[in-house]
Amino acid sequence: MNAAVIAQNLVKTYGTKKEEVQALKGVSFEVAPGEIFGIIGPDGAGKTSLFRILTTLLLPDEGQAQVDGFDVVKDYEAIRHRVGYMPGRFSLYQDLSVEENLKFFASIFHTTIREHYELIKDIYEQIEPFKDRRAGKLSGGMKQKLALCCALIHRPTVLFLDEPTTGVDAVSRKEFWEMLRNLKQQGITILVSTPYMDEASLCDRVALIQNGEIMSIDTPEGIVRSFEHPLLAVRAANMFRLLKDLQQFPGLLDTYPFGEYHHVVLKPETTEQGLYAYLQQKGHTETKLQQVEPNVEDCFIALMKTAT
Amino acid sequence: MKQFLSFVRKEFYHIFRDARTMLILLGMPVAQIIIFGFALTNEVKNSRIAVLDMSKDAATASLITELEASRYFEVEKRLHTYKEVEEEFKLGNIKMAVVLPQNFGADLLHFNTAQVQLIADASDPNVANTLTNYASAIIQDYQNRITDGRRLPYTIKTELRMLYNPQMEGAYSFVPGVMAMVLLLVCTMMTAITIVREKEMGTMEVLLVSPIQPIKIIVAKAVPYLLLSMVNIASILLLSVFLLDVPINGSLVLLVLESILFTVTSLVLGLFISTITDSQQVAMFISLTGLFMPTVMLSGFMFPIENMPRVLQLISNIVPAKWYYIIVRSVMIKGVGLEAVWKETLVLFGMMVFFLIMSIRKFKIRLA
Repeated sequence: MNAAVIAQNLVKTYGTKKEEVQALKGVSFEVAPGEIFGIIGPDGAGKTSLFRILTTLLLPDEGQAQVDGFDVVKDYEAIRHRVGYMPGRFSLYQDLSVEENLKFFASIFHTTIREHYELIKDIYEQIEPFKDRRAGKLSGGMKQKLALCCALIHRPTVLFLDEPTTGVDAVSRKEFWEMLRNLKQQGITILVSTPYMDEASLCDRVALIQNGEIMSIDTPEGIVRSFEHPLLAVRAANMFRLLKDLQQFPGLLDTYPFGEYHHVVLKPETTEQGLYAYLQQKGHTETKLQQVEPNVEDCFIALMKTAT
Repeated sequence: MKQFLSFVRKEFYHIFRDARTMLILLGMPVAQIIIFGFALTNEVKNSRIAVLDMSKDAATASLITELEASRYFEVEKRLHTYKEVEEEFKLGNIKMAVVLPQNFGADLLHFNTAQVQLIADASDPNVANTLTNYASAIIQDYQNRITDGRRLPYTIKTELRMLYNPQMEGAYSFVPGVMAMVLLLVCTMMTAITIVREKEMGTMEVLLVSPIQPIKIIVAKAVPYLLLSMVNIASILLLSVFLLDVPINGSLVLLVLESILFTVTSLVLGLFISTITDSQQVAMFISLTGLFMPTVMLSGFMFPIENMPRVLQLISNIVPAKWYYIIVRSVMIKGVGLEAVWKETLVLFGMMVFFLIMSIRKFKIRLA
């Protein structure tokens, strides 16, 4: 009962009887207080539906969920008092200035900017020079910071961030995650969703979600550790032909393009030398093979393959 | 309370920072009053007519002078043959032709009767009707003058008296109409759009996940428009009285109170529309076709309801503007008090309560 968020077998279906789309097919997980919990999956995996159910914006078709011990259906008013929510789309008033937005949200939550200023101080100081600027005229990164300030203004117990880093530049993304770590220090539970696999390692625990189903829940290290096969990064002069040839090779579990390399998952009986010899025989030049540590994306791809 | 006031202030920011909204809100009422006051009028002035005078005697000459002297007619052409009459109509030069037959004066003198033919272009029936009425009245006048003092056997004289609007000014009927139209448009369309915009912009999502109650959102959205509507009521009344010389014969307080009632009814109607729509376009479409058109057509302001088919007469009862139009006309032009319009007031009040209950019941506390 002391978990910050509990989701049990959540099901959400959209559309008519004829064309049903199941956005969530029985999602269950628990988030401990003070944890940064990442929901990681591609677009259309059901992340936003999940967040909307947990923030009482949508009713689940089946299953139950609790936030801070309150039921998302019955006690929705209590939850609306205590959580912070930042939707995926920028959802502040574009024609209001930075300061006016913040003041407005403070008063909506029966508080003032002063009252919990220490919580947003670090973030707000970065946008304070532009406090008289209209929110619509801010850059993407600054909009994100302002939205975060507005979501934090009432010192929520649980913070829901739906794809906060989508469409934000790399530097701002890094800064944003640093802010989240600081908020964690303040004891705020954070649920964050993202389509970027590389952000998984910044969470305490992650849930990998695909097609409305959670494939795995673990710490980032645990997820990587669960990857049990040898992984190679391969490159050659002709990358396109290389991929074709790799797909023909029977000794592989999987192969897929990965940045400048192709990643190759070997079957237990296959050796590095065996693969090298095969590629030589196919006439590849400048061939380079090296063993690499799997990351979350490799795990995600592997889990996707086993799921289908 | 602080939460509520801060919401109202935010709404004012939205309104004042959007030039288009400001223009529609405050410019449109003034523009409409001026357009209706000076450009659009159903009075017919300075119509061009042709005269075919086959008699050319003293009687016809003075009759033609009478016609010309009125501000309604201008004699464009003197014709010589009957054939020319139709040619002139076909060319579109004239709206009406006056044909005075041969021996007009002599007939009048000796047989006590003479005939005048009025031929009007009835491709526009309203104008044709109005023109022939004007001309008949002038001819009647002329006859009264020459028979003055003499007693005619068996005559019934009709004596007309136009009550409340002796000059038959068009402004008397359209000022109440414009008031109904402007208040409805400003209050209903603008409030419908303002809530739907929050849905479209995604800000409703954030508002819902906050402690503010839906009823407060609804009322806070309505307050600025109510205040601005009062400004509009004031400006329309000022323009009517000082620019168009339309008097306020009844109680100003009653007129303003009734206007506020109608404003609130329109606001609630707008809120109701916003709760059942999801995009600004749909909200605008419903407000315009579902409300604006019926208001113009069925409130009695443009077309008399009494002349409509029974079905339309019944439908007109659900148009709020119809009741308000009756109230304003009664209070402002006729100068009657509440005792004469309490029924209409009650109908408006009932509509307001109905839409209020409906919008609170329909307000979505969730996204879907």
